[in-house]
Amino acid sequence: MIILEGLSKSFNGVKVLDNLNIEFGDKQITVVIGRSGGGKSVMLKHIIGLMKPDSGKVLIGGIDINALKKKELNEIRKKFGMVFQDGALLDSLTVFENTAFPLRRHLKLSEKEIKDRVFSVLEDVGLKGQDKKMPSEISGGMRKRVGVARALILNPEIMLFDEPTTGLDPVMSDVINNLIISMHNKFKFTGIIISHDISGAFKTGDIIAMLYDGRIIESGAPEEFRNSANPVVKQFITGSMEGPILI
Amino acid sequence: MSNWKSHNSGFMNNIILVPFEKTGKFALYTVDELGSIAIYMWESLISIPEYFINFENLIDQIIFIGMDSFYVVGLTGLFTGMVLSLQAYYAAKIVGVTYMIGPTVALSMVRELGPVLTALMITARCGSSMASEIGTMKVTEQIDALEVMAVDPYYFLSVPRILAAMAMLPVMAVLCSLIGIIGGYVVYVYFLGLNHVTYIEKIYQYIKLSDIYNGLLKSVFFGAILAVISTFKGFQTTGGAKGVGRFTTQAVVLSSVYILFADYLLTSILF
Ligand SMILES: Nc1ncnc2c1ncn2[C@@H]1O[C@H](COP(=O)(O)OP(=O)(O)OP(=O)(O)O)[C@@H](O)[C@H]1O
Ligand SMILES: [Mg+2]
Repeated sequence: MIILEGLSKSFNGVKVLDNLNIEFGDKQITVVIGRSGGGKSVMLKHIIGLMKPDSGKVLIGGIDINALKKKELNEIRKKFGMVFQDGALLDSLTVFENTAFPLRRHLKLSEKEIKDRVFSVLEDVGLKGQDKKMPSEISGGMRKRVGVARALILNPEIMLFDEPTTGLDPVMSDVINNLIISMHNKFKFTGIIISHDISGAFKTGDIIAMLYDGRIIESGAPEEFRNSANPVVKQFITGSMEGPILI
Repeated sequence: MSNWKSHNSGFMNNIILVPFEKTGKFALYTVDELGSIAIYMWESLISIPEYFINFENLIDQIIFIGMDSFYVVGLTGLFTGMVLSLQAYYAAKIVGVTYMIGPTVALSMVRELGPVLTALMITARCGSSMASEIGTMKVTEQIDALEVMAVDPYYFLSVPRILAAMAMLPVMAVLCSLIGIIGGYVVYVYFLGLNHVTYIEKIYQYIKLSDIYNGLLKSVFFGAILAVISTFKGFQTTGGAKGVGRFTTQAVVLSSVYILFADYLLTSILF
């Protein structure tokens, strides 16, 4: 269970997160939607300890990660896989080496075992035969999938996705959404997905939450969420210009 | 603090106070930055013991800083030695001591120019690429990705670069000095038409082992300075492609200035 408790964070005096509270259930996929620039990536970076809150707590399995030493935090991070908004692949390494990177770092495996595991995940994400390419030689959608493969390779308990479908064509978005669903069925991780792709959110999420004005203003199962009475949520779902969201 | 600005529009006040304000701000900034560099250095260096178990990436960096810099450093040494020989000739011939040209070239190269010029050339060549490589990784979230994968980016990126620079700078400085002395010899013998035996004999006579040691010691420091500052600036990078350019420039300028400053400091202590 991941709990964010009263999380607040400002940059240069501007409040991005403002007393944010949310719980992410085990083995569930929670999709957090919200406006561009609304602080979704900032929230995600707090969960993995890349950013420290001004106040509030990040509890992972009951442990406040900001009270941990670097070594202890790294132990917790090994339970995570994270897919970055733009892939964040190591651009000096091939697709194969990028995917193998966490394996080589954290497990003592033979070269054969590494190959087997990498090829199997690359096949899972539909990148068979692309292993020798460099990140600069593949498309954005492929880079995202390599990011997914790299995040999955250690069979993490928790997967974080930062806008896995943004910037992709609708077909590729659907490919990625289906990939997340099938990977979730196979590996049973706790998933947190950041997105502003509403239809994708309804498709992949067990729970959908909306981040607005620095806090979670609504959360629930897709059907509940769709029928929310909150005008902000309504406006966001319909994508209308009319409503309380100021432009 | 800015009270005087609001109620006293005096032009004189500006002239008098602005330089102090600027100097003060610069001093504070420098102290602040030096503090950050010191903390950064500490955080990188504590992982060295662990590093000695794996030595990963070290060979790549040694090749990059060493072998690949061979031509740049060699040419720098060659022309410097040649021009030193020529310049020394104009001075030496006045008092009739042209046999001192060899030691002049050799001592200048070994004690001073070899280490300093090598450090500056390698800063330009490798320091800049250290800063831009790490800077690019920073702005494209690759550094974040390393951290998320529970890999300490300082351990992974800084330590090999710092160690390789400290190991390779002395080697390259010796090379630079040696080629410089050879360049001086070529000018001495072939252009100035002087006796080749005296050139070498006098060098043996005047150069002490301590000159060489001290030159090497300086190089180790220069290597540490250029790698620490360049990688530090890489990690500081923000602001996209433009930021990478800006911080890379800062890395080169700052490294060069600190190398020259350290050169003075070390020379006054060592020699
Ligand atoms: N490191 C930082 N320094 C200063 N400000 C930051 C930093 N990171 C984020 N911000 C600010 O915090 C706000 C929220 O940014 P964030 O990246 O979380 O948005 P987002 O919801 O992920 O948007 P998008 O959907 O476009 O990715 C933005 O206004 C941004 O300028
Ligand atoms: Mg974002």
